[in-house]
Amino acid sequence: MSTTAGPVLEFEDVHLSFGAVKAVNGVSFSVAENELFAVIGPNGAGKTSIFNVLSGVYRPQQGRVTLHGTSLLGMRPPAIARLGMARTFQNIELFANLTVLDNLMLGRHQHIGYGTFAALAWIGRARNEELRHRRRVEEIVDFLELEQWRKLPVGLLPYGVQKRVELGRALAMEPRLLLLDEPVAGMNLEETEDMARYVLDIRDELRIPMIMVEHDMGLVMDIADRVMVVDFGTPVATGTPAEVQRNPDVIRAYLGGASA
Amino acid sequence: MTPWGRPELYTAYKQDMALLNTRSKMLGVAAILVVAALMPLMVADDLLIILGNGLVLAIGALGLNLVTGYAGQVSLGHAFFVGVGAYTAAVMAGDPDGRYLGLGIDFMPAWLLGAGLVAAACGALVAPLATRLRGLYLAVVTLGLVFIGQYFFFEWNEMSGGSQVGREAAKPELLGIEFTVDNGFKGGWTEEQKLYWLFLAILVVAAVAARNIARSRIGRAFAAIRDRDVAAGVMGVNLTRYKVIAFTLSSFYAGVAGSLMFSAFGHFTPESFSLLMSVQFIAIVLIGGVATVSGTIMGAMLIALLPRLASELPAFLPFLSDSATEHPNIFEFEQVAYGVLIVAFLLFEPRGLFGVWHRVRTYWKSFPFSY
Repeated sequence: MSTTAGPVLEFEDVHLSFGAVKAVNGVSFSVAENELFAVIGPNGAGKTSIFNVLSGVYRPQQGRVTLHGTSLLGMRPPAIARLGMARTFQNIELFANLTVLDNLMLGRHQHIGYGTFAALAWIGRARNEELRHRRRVEEIVDFLELEQWRKLPVGLLPYGVQKRVELGRALAMEPRLLLLDEPVAGMNLEETEDMARYVLDIRDELRIPMIMVEHDMGLVMDIADRVMVVDFGTPVATGTPAEVQRNPDVIRAYLGGASA
Repeated sequence: MTPWGRPELYTAYKQDMALLNTRSKMLGVAAILVVAALMPLMVADDLLIILGNGLVLAIGALGLNLVTGYAGQVSLGHAFFVGVGAYTAAVMAGDPDGRYLGLGIDFMPAWLLGAGLVAAACGALVAPLATRLRGLYLAVVTLGLVFIGQYFFFEWNEMSGGSQVGREAAKPELLGIEFTVDNGFKGGWTEEQKLYWLFLAILVVAAVAARNIARSRIGRAFAAIRDRDVAAGVMGVNLTRYKVIAFTLSSFYAGVAGSLMFSAFGHFTPESFSLLMSVQFIAIVLIGGVATVSGTIMGAMLIALLPRLASELPAFLPFLSDSATEHPNIFEFEQVAYGVLIVAFLLFEPRGLFGVWHRVRTYWKSFPFSY
């Protein structure tokens, strides 16, 4: 495992198209250690497509994507997950019939090593490993304050809590890079502020670099270290929140180009 | 063990994660096991055959519930795997000098395991289909298995004895106990009693193993594939691998159930392994409770007891006849009840008998409050 100061993730000149639709058109960026990198853009700008390329759900036609120097192109989602990429989804993709604990334990799936025969007998290895990983999961329950919902099926929980469970499930994977797809979409002010606090804690306490796609401009400008603006699959600007806010191209992308 | 009166006070994760993690669960399961074990001393042999059949059905249905209930891969081909198990056991235990194929391995654990393993191998071969297809398409493809299986079972006469003729089933025998020999008249145990205990013991092992799988990382991966397969992949769950595991385990259970299913009667024909048998297993899973072990057993017992329940009805409902030539008769009633049960459970209690039990339990847990 390299500890060099190189970027965690490099995303270079990636092109992804569906027929004639260019979802991602020559996007490049990189993410450094302990960085909270935000991707913003109008609806349909290709933000989620970038995430799907990163986690291996889509395969780009062209470009280079590396995580700690390992190329991710052509890898399937489970393999990319094993390399340390975790994500949350825009529309919650939790396992609705499972409890909060089971959802978090699923996040630890790749860290748990026992096989089918050990599981059948549930003695020795299987039992010890389950206990050990339960302890790790409880740390996340504690971190995200999920104690009271531990044993409830996530399908029954309020929306804001489900978002938090999904964040917890991604954290349980012990990621080296965490992708947050609209972590506060549809949340009220209080829930948004709670989530912002968790995201900052993840960066500062757990020291996990993150890429966040979000529409809540206030949140992005407050907490992100750097921001990339995309529009129609093409990068418009990249920089600190203050730089991006002043960029005329960004203003044009958001407010329309008639005045320019 | 949690203290009395504080059922949910755990001081170690080990207590919380135990299979029977409350005192009431522990006592309840112990009571059920005692009653189940003493059943042969309390009820008549004709009823014992039916209960024993229910136990075997439960073993097979546990398998179907693993693949369909837990892993969400709808399979209509369960009867095929049951058939493979039944014939494997019959061939392994069969007389080498007899009329049909036989290897003369009459050591019960050998043919029991053999039946499971051969069926499991068939399951593993079929599983890759599930990685290409899902839902209705998978159901139709697995339906094809039943017909392919029937072709082999009907046509391979040296193995199966052929249509309507059939062959002898494997005879359970262990440590000098011949389970299919009736010693009732000389003061020993009857065939029905011995078989019931054998089936009960195997079901207990099968149920505990299924429960262990369900609560392990394997079972969680199954549920993840069932609920959200894209997210499961992103979590690092290898979909193909776990679908193969689900089908293999499920078929193992089916094979074991098949090897025991005809022990009581001693003889079986290829007609048994029709689509109707697959449907019966699906009915058990739906009526019992999808993705529950206890529900599966309840469902299997109910389905096994249904004909008997119907035959008791004319005493209470005088318009029902127990003769097949008069209408309405109990056989018609049984058919209708079977269908009504499936429809009613799907409409009103999709969690099946387990859901009914769950409601009763919640009611008394929160009594006298309604929530």
